[in-house]
Amino acid sequence: MEIKQVFKNLSEASGVSGYEHGLASSIQEGCPWADESRTDKLGNLIMLKKGHGTGPKPKIMLAGHMDEIGLIITKIEKDGFLRFGTIGGFDQRVLLAQEVVVHSKNPLTGVIGAKPPHIQAPGEQSKAVKMEDLFIDVGFDSQAEAQKQVSVGDLVTLKRDVVDLQASLMAGKSFDDRAGVAAILECFRLLAQVNHAADVYGVATVQEEVGLRGAITSTYGIVPDIGIAIDVGFGDSPGLAESDTIKLGQGPGVAIGPHVHPKVHKRMVETAKEWNIPYSLDPSPYPGGTDAYAIQVARGGVPTILLSIPLRYMHTPIETLDYEDVKRTGRLMAMFIAGVDNEFVEGLTCF
Amino acid sequence: MLLARLTEANGAPGQEGEVRELIRTEIQPHVQEIKTDALGNLIAIKNPDAPGPKVMLAAHMDEVALMIVGIESNGFLKVRPIGGVDPRVLVAKSVVVGSKKIAGVIGSKPIHLQRPPERERAFTMEELLIDIGAKNKEEAERLVSLGECAYFSTKYQEFGEGKVKAKALDDRVGCALAIRLLQDTYPFPLVAAFTVQEEVGLRGAGVATYQVKPDIALVLEGTTASDVPGTDDHKHATSLGQGPAITVMDRTSIPHPPLVQELFSLAEDEGIKVQVRRNTAGGTDAGQIQMSEAGVKVATIAVPCRYIHSPVSVLSKTDYEGAYQLIKGYLKRLQERGENA
Repeated sequence: MEIKQVFKNLSEASGVSGYEHGLASSIQEGCPWADESRTDKLGNLIMLKKGHGTGPKPKIMLAGHMDEIGLIITKIEKDGFLRFGTIGGFDQRVLLAQEVVVHSKNPLTGVIGAKPPHIQAPGEQSKAVKMEDLFIDVGFDSQAEAQKQVSVGDLVTLKRDVVDLQASLMAGKSFDDRAGVAAILECFRLLAQVNHAADVYGVATVQEEVGLRGAITSTYGIVPDIGIAIDVGFGDSPGLAESDTIKLGQGPGVAIGPHVHPKVHKRMVETAKEWNIPYSLDPSPYPGGTDAYAIQVARGGVPTILLSIPLRYMHTPIETLDYEDVKRTGRLMAMFIAGVDNEFVEGLTCF
Repeated sequence: MLLARLTEANGAPGQEGEVRELIRTEIQPHVQEIKTDALGNLIAIKNPDAPGPKVMLAAHMDEVALMIVGIESNGFLKVRPIGGVDPRVLVAKSVVVGSKKIAGVIGSKPIHLQRPPERERAFTMEELLIDIGAKNKEEAERLVSLGECAYFSTKYQEFGEGKVKAKALDDRVGCALAIRLLQDTYPFPLVAAFTVQEEVGLRGAGVATYQVKPDIALVLEGTTASDVPGTDDHKHATSLGQGPAITVMDRTSIPHPPLVQELFSLAEDEGIKVQVRRNTAGGTDAGQIQMSEAGVKVATIAVPCRYIHSPVSVLSKTDYEGAYQLIKGYLKRLQERGENA
């Protein structure tokens, strides 16, 4: 299966933070280039592509998180409507009139509703509908029927098919950060064709959206010499300052900031130039919010970099990216990996 | 399935072509005459020469939509609602634009870059642009023309306990009822007027009625149901599962009281569950039809729909069937009563 198709399937599948287990097998099947793969105790999927040659090999870890933000049922109302809370950061304004899947014993189709506009007070249309006033309508006629089929604590994901826009642009849910996972697969595909000394660990991490937890345990287990986190970055879109964004269709953002090792950054940029891979410089003064932040401080410290795939409308069900940027990110990583040897790794602790 | 085909077709006010063609194909085998008029109303007649009361069923083909009013230099499309659309339902939805059915999405600023107070106010129409993935204005202009419309790309689906979710149930459910009723046989002239431009001021219905000159008109609608949490029972207007709603009064009409009374007693006699539409806001084609020429006896029968004018509305199949049974029962009574209805 083409990686783009694997990516589409992953986008449409469900895996809220902490409940990603359904995704790992699709990723594994989509990655025939790995020599080994396993999952750890938190559910991180760790795929290994072995380096060539004998003797000690540098270890490079690639991390893209597979979890998505979602909702959780908190109450079953008297007429069978469901109240919910959030897992991860949602703008309450994007939830109204969305279709959802309630992951009960049998998955249920639902619609997020609110009281209709014609019975709202004048002026209410200029105010956002508050999260607490929203509910999920699963089409039940009674509380009793809803209670039979739904439990408090059931998870909910937004439902959205991937849409192909013009050229190679696509829109859908959970591109944050299954696009990062797809970039790892693109990288592994190319690694099968190039000579590389390093052992490469491609990790689909869990629980990034609730505190980078999967990256913490997987990095501890792998003990990498270099960590590359692949996440999504704010794509250029109306209403955003140019300085806050990276442009779609111009390759990944290569981060520079406290969470990025300067020599890894320098080599990454040189690699992009050498192989004519487009990229944007992505200044990141606030280092939090991606797996790179966790990888960097594992054990005695890991030289780390963050590559960001430009993405519009982050944390909505119509996240938009250019698939060419996913491929470019995979290619940049593969070419970077091909150039890493023990000498380069040793130099990373010499400041 | 008829209702699936109808709701997945697109037809903004004044751009009902796709819906009209679909309906024309559906009804062709069941009627003797089909015509369209200067506004685009589709008028189908069964038994044009039969004696007896001329009954008109009216359902509007148009749906609320977004009109493309500008193309920005970066290729994003600026829109304005055509018909009543609350901007708050537009955020983060996928749409299909224009005759070429170009896929697009309506995006918004990511939560990470917002200041908390921003989340308390609704997005304005000004901020809600359609992204079709065009590189620039020139590319967008090759794909989309100003004046074309964008529609929600919602799929029809049955779910829950006999519920249906779809876009444009207002008023494709009325169209579906009229199409089904045309499939039966009657001894009197039965006309179905599939009207245009209801959502922008009941523009098509008056024109159609002037041509048809019915004795009795039944307006078939999808109407607001507010039976949801946060709404007091007395504000429910209609409730799902309680049968078709009969209008006693709304903003544009007071339906013919004896006709309304007859529908209620018919429902009681036949054991068909019906409800009174318990809200006088909102208007329907009945307002125009009733005032045509020297006046027409009119009644409005509506299937309750939650979340109308949004990307995804919901109805109960039992209400849809109830509406069909009620109207069929009424037409049967007319038949039994003969020419002097």
